[in-house]
Amino acid sequence: MKAIHIKLWRDLQRLRAQVFTIAVVVAIGVAGFVGMFSVHESLKGSRDAFYRDNRLADVFASVKRAPVHLRDRLAALDGVAEVKLDVVFDAQIDLPGVAPPVTGRFIGLDLARAHAGRQGLNALTLKRGRWPERDGALEALVSDRFAVARSLNPGDTVHAILNGKRERVHLVGTVASPEYVFASQGGAPDDQSFGIWWIDDDRMVQAFDMQGAFNQAALRLDAGVAAAPVLAQVDRLLEPFGAIGAVGRDKQLSAKIVEDELAQLKVMGTVLPSIFLMVAMFILNVVLSRQVATQRSQIAALKALGYSDGAIAWHYIQLAFAIAGLGVLAGLGLSVLIGQGMLSLYDEVFRFNRLAYVTRPWLVGVSALLAGGAAALGTWTAIHAVVRLRPAQAMQPPAPPAYQPTLVERLGLRRFVSTGAMMVIRNFERRPLRAAFTVTGIALAVALQISGAFWIDAIAHIVDVQFRQVQQGDVLVNFHRPVPVSVARDLKRLPGVIDAEPYRTEPVRVRLRGRSVDTALTGYRSDARLMRVVDDRRGAVAMPAQGVVLSALLARELDARVGDRIDMEFRLWNRTHARVEVVDIVQSMFGQLLYMNLEAMNTLARDGDGVADAALQVDPRAMDGFWAAVKAAPGINAVFDKAGSMAAFNETTSRNMGVFSGILTLFAVAMAVGIIYNAARISLSERAWELASLRVLGMTRAEVSVLLLAELGAELLVALPIGALTGWGLATLMMRLMSSDSIDFPVIIEPSTYASAALIVLAAGIASALLVRRQIDRLDLVSVLKVRE
Amino acid sequence: MDAPIARTESVFQARGLTKVYGEGATAVHALRGVDLDIVRGEFVVLLGASGSGKSTLLNILGGLDTATSGTAQWTHAGETHELIGADDAELTRYRREHVGFVFQFYNLIPSLTARENVALVTDLAEDPMKPEDALALVGLGERLNHFVSQLSGGEQQRVAIARAIAKNPQVLLCDEPTGALDCATGVMVLQAIEHVNRELGTTTIVITHNAPIAEMADRVLRLADGRIVETRVNTHKVAAAGLSW
Repeated sequence: MKAIHIKLWRDLQRLRAQVFTIAVVVAIGVAGFVGMFSVHESLKGSRDAFYRDNRLADVFASVKRAPVHLRDRLAALDGVAEVKLDVVFDAQIDLPGVAPPVTGRFIGLDLARAHAGRQGLNALTLKRGRWPERDGALEALVSDRFAVARSLNPGDTVHAILNGKRERVHLVGTVASPEYVFASQGGAPDDQSFGIWWIDDDRMVQAFDMQGAFNQAALRLDAGVAAAPVLAQVDRLLEPFGAIGAVGRDKQLSAKIVEDELAQLKVMGTVLPSIFLMVAMFILNVVLSRQVATQRSQIAALKALGYSDGAIAWHYIQLAFAIAGLGVLAGLGLSVLIGQGMLSLYDEVFRFNRLAYVTRPWLVGVSALLAGGAAALGTWTAIHAVVRLRPAQAMQPPAPPAYQPTLVERLGLRRFVSTGAMMVIRNFERRPLRAAFTVTGIALAVALQISGAFWIDAIAHIVDVQFRQVQQGDVLVNFHRPVPVSVARDLKRLPGVIDAEPYRTEPVRVRLRGRSVDTALTGYRSDARLMRVVDDRRGAVAMPAQGVVLSALLARELDARVGDRIDMEFRLWNRTHARVEVVDIVQSMFGQLLYMNLEAMNTLARDGDGVADAALQVDPRAMDGFWAAVKAAPGINAVFDKAGSMAAFNETTSRNMGVFSGILTLFAVAMAVGIIYNAARISLSERAWELASLRVLGMTRAEVSVLLLAELGAELLVALPIGALTGWGLATLMMRLMSSDSIDFPVIIEPSTYASAALIVLAAGIASALLVRRQIDRLDLVSVLKVRE
Repeated sequence: MDAPIARTESVFQARGLTKVYGEGATAVHALRGVDLDIVRGEFVVLLGASGSGKSTLLNILGGLDTATSGTAQWTHAGETHELIGADDAELTRYRREHVGFVFQFYNLIPSLTARENVALVTDLAEDPMKPEDALALVGLGERLNHFVSQLSGGEQQRVAIARAIAKNPQVLLCDEPTGALDCATGVMVLQAIEHVNRELGTTTIVITHNAPIAEMADRVLRLADGRIVETRVNTHKVAAAGLSW
C-alpha cells in the first residue's frame, strides 16, 4: 500500500467518531432515496403488470340504467377497441357473528368466460378457492383484502340484501381485481366494512331487475388514443340514460389513489434525502476544513516532496469518498429494511397480483453518484484554497485570525457582556457562514422532526372534523330506492335510535363562466345536526333556505364567488336544470362538493321529496338490537358504522403514521447528533490549544466547557425557532404537494409537536455536547506550553 | 498584594523529585532525584539543553504534571502544601490562585483584546489588579483595546506577562518567554519580567536554553540529564537591558 494511502487509512481511524456520524447522515439520505424510489418502482411495476395482465379498462362510465344494445354503438366510437358492460349495485351484507352489517358492492360476472379463461376487461385473479358455478346456490367471489380482514374463507356463507331481498350467498373463492386495488367507499382504506362481491351476471340481472340493461360500462381504447375525446362521446351517448360522467383511469377511484400514492413517494423520496445529503455535505466541509487546517504543514511537506496540487486534492477527496462510501453501503442496507417495511404496509392496503420489493441498479448508481457528488463538493470548497498555496507559504503558520469590534461594542453594550460571552459573539461575527450552516442544519433537524410528527396532528384533526363535527351521527344508512323524508319517523322506531336525519346526495354537473364540473350535491335539513357542513375556521354552517353552498375546492375550480349564479344539472332522475345563487363558500377538506337546503333541493329536482340517505344517532347500549333490526330491513342498502370505521382507521392509517413519524424522529435525531457532535468536535479541535491554555491559567474543566459549548448552545437556541418555522414550511410544502383537486388538508401542527421536536433535538444536542465534553478532560496541559497553535 | 517579605521564606521545596515517562527499555528519566529550594522573591533561571528536564521540573512546580516519586511542597502564608499527590481540583485551584504562567508562544486568546485577555484571569482571582494596571506595568497602557492580531510578538508576550501577574500570584513561571522573539524584543520582555519581580516581589522562575539570559537571575540552576548539575549565585546581576544574544 502506498504511504499516502496509509496516511488516508490512519486519518480515517483517527476521525472514526466523526466518520461514523457523517456516514450515518449519508446513509439516511441514501436509504430514503433508494428505499422510497424502490418502493415506488416496486409498486409501479406491480401495478402496471397487474393492469396489463388483468386488462384494466381505460374508460369507466356509470349510468342509471341503459339498454345493452348500446354495446355496439359504444364499440363503434372512434378509438374504442373493446367494451364490457356490467350490472353493479351496493348491498348490505350480514356476516355471521358480526353485529354491524357491512357494505358489499355486487358485480355481475360472466361465468362462462371466467371458466374458459377469457374474462375480457377488468379480469379477476383467483387467489383462493374456485370460480362460482351457475346452477344451484348463489355462489360468489369476494375481494381478497376483505376476506382477509374479515377472516372469510371459501366455503363460508353470508347473507346479503339484494334489491330488498335477503339472500344466502356462498363464498367459493377470493380474487384480486385491477378495478379495486384499493377498495374504499370514500377514500380511506376500510377493508373491514367494504368488500367487492362477484356473482353470476344472470343472477345479478335477475336480482336487481336489470334485464336487457346495464349500469356500468368499461372501455378499452386503441393504443395511443387520448381519453378525453372518447369521454365526451361516451357522455353524449349515455346522457339520456342517467350518465353521471365517464372518467378515465386518472379519475377512477382505485387507480387515482394508487397514482396519488406513487406521486407522494416520489416527493418523499426527493425532498427528505436531499436535506440529508445537503447536511452531510456541510458537515464534511466543516470536518475537512479543520483537517486541512491542522495538516497545513503536512500539505506543505507533500508539496515540497513533489506531490502535485491535484494529487493532494485527490487525497482529501478520497477521504470524503471513503466516508460517503461507508454511508452509501450502510444506506443501501437500510434502504432494504425501510423499503420492505413500507411495502409490507402497502400490501395491507393495496392488492395486486404480486408485490415484490425490487431495487433497480440505476437507483444504486444514482445514489452513489449523489452521495459522491455531495462529498466532492463539500470537500473541494474546504480544501481548494490551502491546496493551491505555494510550499513555502504553506509551511508558514497561518496568520492569526483577525477580529474586529462587534456590533455589541459598537452599540456601547460591552460592559453588560461577560468576557466569555464576547468570545462567543466574536466567533460568530468572524465566521458567520459557519454559524449559519450549523444553525441551518440544526433547524433542519427540528423541521424534519416536525414534518414527520405533524401527520399525527393532521390525522387527529381530520378524524375530529369528519367524525365528530361533520358526522355527529353514529350510523349512516343508504336506502335501496329514494324514500320520502318522513322515513325519519320509521327510522326512529328502530331499537336504540334517538334521532334520525335524512339527507340526499345526487350527481350534478355545474357550470359557470365556461367551466364545468361533475360533482355531487347534498341536501341537508336546515336544522341538521347529525350530518352537516363544517367550515374549517367557522365551524358548523347551517344550510340557508335558498341558494347553494360551495366547498372552497369547487369554488376554486369554477372561479366562483358568493353571489354568482351557477347552472346546475341533475344527472339522474329527471335531469332537471336549475340556476342557483352561490350564497356561501366553506373551507372543507374533501371534495369539490356543493350543498343546499333539502327542501330547496327537492323543489329544484322536481321529483318529489325523496331521500336516499339518513344519519342516525343511536344509543350505544342498544347497538346489538339496532344492528339486528337494520339487517332485517330490506330497504337499507348500505350502512356506515362510524365507530367501526374509526377503529379501522386507527388500526391502519394512524398506526402507519405513527411508524412513519417514529422513523423520521430517529432520522432527525441522527441528523442533530451528526451536526452538533461534529460542530462541537471541530470547535474543540480548533480551540484545544486555547482551552488548554485557559486550564493552565487556572480555569476549571466546567468553566472551560462552558466556553467551548456556549457557542454551540447559542446556535442551538437560535436554531429552534427557525426550525419550528421551517418545519411549518416543510409541512405546508408536503401538504401542498400531496393535495389535489379533491383534497385540501389544512396544516395542523399542535404546540406539543413543536415542543417535542425542540426537546428531542435539544436532548440530542446535549448528549452530543456531553460526549465532546469528556474530551476536555483529556486536554494536554503540558504540551500546550511548548506548541504553537 | 503581599507586603515585601525578606528573601528567606521558602516558597518551593523539592526533595528527591523523580519523573519517569514510560517503563522498561523505553523508559525516559526526565528527572532523577532533584532537590530544590526557592525562596520568596527570588529570580531563578533554569538553564539547560533540550531534554535536560527543566520543563519537566517547571511543570511539576506549576501543578501541571506530577512526579513519579519524591516530594514538592509550596508554602504560602505560613502553610505548606504538597503538590505531589494533589488531585486535579486542588492543582487547578493552586494554579488559579497562586501561579502565573508565561508561555513560549504567548497563548493569548485571539478573539479577545489585550485588556480582555488579562480580564480572563482577573475575573477568576480573589484580589487581582485591574487589567489596565497590569498592562501599564508592562508598558502597554496604550494598547488596551487592540486585538492579538494587531500586536507585535513582543507586545503579545508582554500582554501574556500582564495576564500572568494580574492575579497577584505568588510565583511567576516562564517557559522560554523569549523563545519566539528576536533579541531586541526579547530584551523588552525580560525587562517586563524583571520589573515585575523587582516591584511586586513575585518569585520568578524562568526556563531558557539561552545562557546570556541567566545573567539577570539571582540564582542559576543548570540541569543536565534530569539532575541539577550546577548551582550558581549571581553576585553581580546584569540588568535585562544589558543582555544580548
